Parts: sequence; C-alpha cells; structure tokens
Amino acid sequence: MEQPILEVKNISIDYPISIGTVEAVRNVSFSLKEGESIGFVGESGCGKSTLGLSLLRLLRPPGMVVGGQMLYHGTDLLSLKEEEMRKLRGNNIAMVFQNPLTSLDPLYSIEDQFFETLKEHNPQITRQEAVERAGKVLEDLSIDKDRLYEYPHQLSGGMRQRIMIGLGLILNPDLLIADEPTTSLDVIVEAGFIDLLARLKKEYNISLILISHNLGLVAEIADRIAVMYGGMIMEIGEAGDIFARPMHPYTEGLIGCVPNIKMDQEKLASMPGSPPDLVTPPAGCRFSPRCPKVMDICREKTPVLQDYKNGRKVACWLYNEAE
Amino acid sequence: MKGLLRYAITRILMTIPMLFILLTIVFLVLRVMPGDPVSAMLGAHAPERVIEEKKEELGLNKPIMVQYVNYLGQLARFDLGNSMVLKQRVSAPIKEKLPATIELTFWGMFFTLLIGVPLGAYAANKRRTGRDFGIRLYGNIAYCIPVYWMGLMLQLIFGVWLKWLPVAGRTSPRMLSSQFSKTGFYLFDTLLAGNLRAFNDVAVHLLLPSLTLGIVLSGIFVRLTRANMLDVLKSDYVLAARARGVSEKLVVYKHGLKNAFIPILTMLGLQFAILLAGAVLTETTFSWPGMGRLLMERIYLRDYPTVQGVIVVFALMVSVISLMVDLLYAAIDPRVKY
Repeated sequence: MEQPILEVKNISIDYPISIGTVEAVRNVSFSLKEGESIGFVGESGCGKSTLGLSLLRLLRPPGMVVGGQMLYHGTDLLSLKEEEMRKLRGNNIAMVFQNPLTSLDPLYSIEDQFFETLKEHNPQITRQEAVERAGKVLEDLSIDKDRLYEYPHQLSGGMRQRIMIGLGLILNPDLLIADEPTTSLDVIVEAGFIDLLARLKKEYNISLILISHNLGLVAEIADRIAVMYGGMIMEIGEAGDIFARPMHPYTEGLIGCVPNIKMDQEKLASMPGSPPDLVTPPAGCRFSPRCPKVMDICREKTPVLQDYKNGRKVACWLYNEAE
Repeated sequence: MKGLLRYAITRILMTIPMLFILLTIVFLVLRVMPGDPVSAMLGAHAPERVIEEKKEELGLNKPIMVQYVNYLGQLARFDLGNSMVLKQRVSAPIKEKLPATIELTFWGMFFTLLIGVPLGAYAANKRRTGRDFGIRLYGNIAYCIPVYWMGLMLQLIFGVWLKWLPVAGRTSPRMLSSQFSKTGFYLFDTLLAGNLRAFNDVAVHLLLPSLTLGIVLSGIFVRLTRANMLDVLKSDYVLAARARGVSEKLVVYKHGLKNAFIPILTMLGLQFAILLAGAVLTETTFSWPGMGRLLMERIYLRDYPTVQGVIVVFALMVSVISLMVDLLYAAIDPRVKY
C-alpha cells in the first residue's frame, strides 16, 4: 500500500489553565491517503478545531501536543524546527478558517496578501508574477481579476471565503484543512462553496480535512467521516456507511438531530445533556453520562477504537463485547 | 479627494465655535481673577488719576460686554491686538516663541513614540515574561510621574551629576542665535546655515526637555501599544497569515503593528493637548523661551490680550493636530473614506 499523505498516531493535546488541565484531544489516530477527504464532525468543544490547528503547529498558547506523532509524508511534523515548519505552512499544508470576514488583514489589498504569501516561500518572485499567479487562481474561483486590487471590506463574505481558499491554494499544497469554512455564510452561498471545494479538490489534486459540526456538509464531500466527542474519535469509517448504519450511540444521536424535510416533525430532535467538562472528564467512556445505551462498564473503563467491517472503527463497549 | 477636501473644510469651520467658547471662558476668567494689568504695571500705590487714565487708554473702563464684543470684532479681522503691558503687538512675542514650542512638542512627541510604541510592541511579543513585566512597570511609573519632577530629576542626573547636558535654554549663552536664526526652528536653521557647531549646541539643549516630555507621555503609549498588539495578535487574520507560512517578523510588525497603530494614532491626537500642557511646565523647568513661559509670564502681568492670543494659538495647534490625525487614518486604513 502506498504511503499515506498524513498519518496521525495517538495525538493528545492539553491546555493547562489555572483550574487544571483541559484534556482537549485524547489519543486521536487517523490516516489520510492522497486525494482522499476526511470529515471531522462533533459538537462545539469536541476538539476538532484544536486538532486542525495542531497539524500546523499553530495551537494558541497554552495549548500543546503532549503525545503522539503526526507523520506528513513520513516526516513527524512535531520534530521539525520552527523555520522548517513555517516553510511547510501554506506551501504543503494550507488551512482555511471559519470566519472569512476577519481572516483577511483589513489594511492590505488582496493583491498584497497574495504577494506576501508567495514571497514568503519564494523570495525571488516579482510583483508581476505574483499578480499573474493570483489572477489565475481567482479565475478558478470565479472572481474577477480586478478584485485583486480591492481591500477586504469591499468584498462580500462569500467572496472573501473564496479568496481565503485562493490564498490556501496559491502555493499548490497537497493537504488542505478547512475548519468550519461555511459557518458564517448563508445557505445559498454555502451550497456554492461546497461545490467549489469539491471541484478544486479534484483540479488541484489535494487531500482535504474538513472540520464541521454540520453533518450534511461533511456528507457531501468527505470520503470518510470521523465522529469526535470530548476530544476522542468515537467512530470513523466510510461516509455513506456511517450514515446508513451508525454504530456508536453518539453518531446515531447526531444523525437523528439532522432535520429531515420529508418527516413530519414538530420539534427539532436534540440530544439531552451537554458536552463534557474536559478538565475533569467523566470516568470511562466520555459519552457515558449522555448515552441512551449506557452499561456499567461504560462508566468504569474507557473503550478503545477497534476495527470493525469495511475499515470502520468504533470506540464503544456495545461492540467490543460482541467480539 | 473631493470628499477629503470637504471634510477638512468642515473640520476647520468647526474650530470656529470651539474657539469662540474657549475664548469666552478665558476672557471672563481673566477678568474675574483678582488684579488687572494697570495695577500690575503701576503698582498698588499709584495715584487714582493715573490709574483711571491708564484704564481709559487700554479700554478697561468700558463694560465687560463692550470689551468682549470689541475683542471678538478685532479677532474676526485676524488681529490679536496690542499687549496691555508692553508696547508691542500680541503677535510679536508669539511669532518669536511659537517655533521654540513647536520644536519642543515635535521632539517630545517623537520621543514619546520612539520609546512607547517599540517597547509596547516588544512587551506584547514577550508577554508574561520578566521583560514584559519590566516594561509594564516602566509604563506605569512613567505615566504617574509629574512632568516637572521628571524634568528636575533629569536635570539633576544629566546636568548636575554627570554634566553631560545643559540644563536650561535653547542655546549656550555665547551662541548668538542671530547668526543662524531665520525661521526660529533652530535645528532647521543651523542645518540651513551649515553651522554644525551651532546645530550640535541646539540639539543638546533640546535633548533634555524633549526627553522629559517623551518619557512621561511614553507610559500611556507603552500600555496602549501592548494592549492593542495583544488584541491584534489574537485576531483571525494573524492566525491565517501564520497558517500561510508568513514569518513571525512580518506577522508581528507588518500585520500586528500597523493594525495596532490605529488606536495609537487616536491617542496621539488626544494626548497632544496634554503634551502642550506638559510643554508649559517643561518650558518653565528648563527656561525654554517658548509659548508656555510666555503664557506664564503674561498671566502674572495680567496681560489680557497676550494671554488670550496664546490660548488661541494653542487651541489652533490642537485642532490642526487632530485634523492631521483624522487625515492620517485615511492614509493607514483603507476602510476610512472622507
């Protein structure tokens, strides 16, 4: 089998704060093949954004990776020097963030931000070359070239998010991390953006990590889905498979919460309870306090992610016992 | 561009009511204060007849309302009038002293920013370290020190103990300013005349008073720059720039500092009035022949028109600076359009 583009092994991330340590991510492992896309879903605070930032080593202090490996084409990102890591950012691994309205520096023109990005990785580049390359990328994003000379405040939210994608793609990375890229866009713009993302993924031949709380969104582009809860992966597998046959009670709950237009619902379905306090996480399975199928063992021992059929992995005592 | 011009004109017109209110207050306060120019000039024991004659000559025997209206009428013709105690136009000493004060405040502001902004930015970059703590402590202390005390201490240290720098005046006593003075801005004049010895003399005289102002005012800029930098460095676009592999130096100084500079500019405009007030005290401490000392002297002499004239000039300076600050916004921030 070919080497995966990214292989994350047992990553744990802590935020030491005054009242204790937030165990934001625990023993997360997954791998990503070339051209593949994986979606991370879960509620706010489940550690999915933290995981995304940690791949670029841009965790906000005091956050830090306390264990594990992140192999990018076989090289452990955690072992790189800061300057080597900087060169990788943008050039090999790019990231698009939640809020396009605040992700562009308001004081510099779009052209300037493209030029800066190119120049930081390729000091010889001239302004003219930068403009040409940026123009080409903008064309792919259906944005008029003249927009290059405008400032962020002159562009709409959807356009700014496309510019962010453009800034992400300009250096031809082979891995793009998109963290809630459509959260602040309206539904129509979101739909267009998703089509664009799917198209670009093919054209630029990139692997994609899509982080979202929106299951529907993830279902549209991701080949595989990882469901996170309380900093851990609860279930991971083929996207269609997970939707058709969710195994983990949490996944089941999440899918149950997606409103369905065909069903005659009076109230939106919701999951009782709230995400766990990660300073003092529940003993055993972190989902156990909210789990409708909770058993005694769930409150005592933490289940580990175990292989099932079709590359599916689940961390739940319901299935571990059955084996 | 047209909008800019219209904005500038509106702003200039807006200074008229401001000046009017300010002058009314100053005019009344001066006349409510005990003493008047005549008794200041002639002393307490002058004969009644002489006093009355002098009052009539100066127009002080007329009702205050009449004096007030006459003064405003004069001002409307851009005439600051005559001094009441010296045989001179009010504009004469102002013309002579204004360059000294502008020079002092300019370099005071220069040192304020030179000390305050880099220290604040550095502290933000090194937050929660010993250096950050030290810089914050400096900021707090500088902010609390009265400007005249700071002046006296610097005089004591650099003038008396170390004997490095002169403690008073704009030039050495033997340096004749008539040899080089054209515009009244001595640094500029000496350079223009190619007189490097005089330039050096003028520069060392300028150093302590402007440093005094600079240090005292830098305190607030240290704190402001640090706080703003911390905010900006937490912003999404800084994270996004880092995620594109932009180096830390560019992130902090290109994106960080420029964005943090907008509120600093606001503060600069606001602090300018305080700087002028500080300049009045500093000029006294350093025997600096500027507008501040002129104001102090003429208040003692109850020279009403000169005091009013100096205040008008101070008010105009503050308005010009705040207008310049507003125009600078447009230069830094593309979102600001006039």
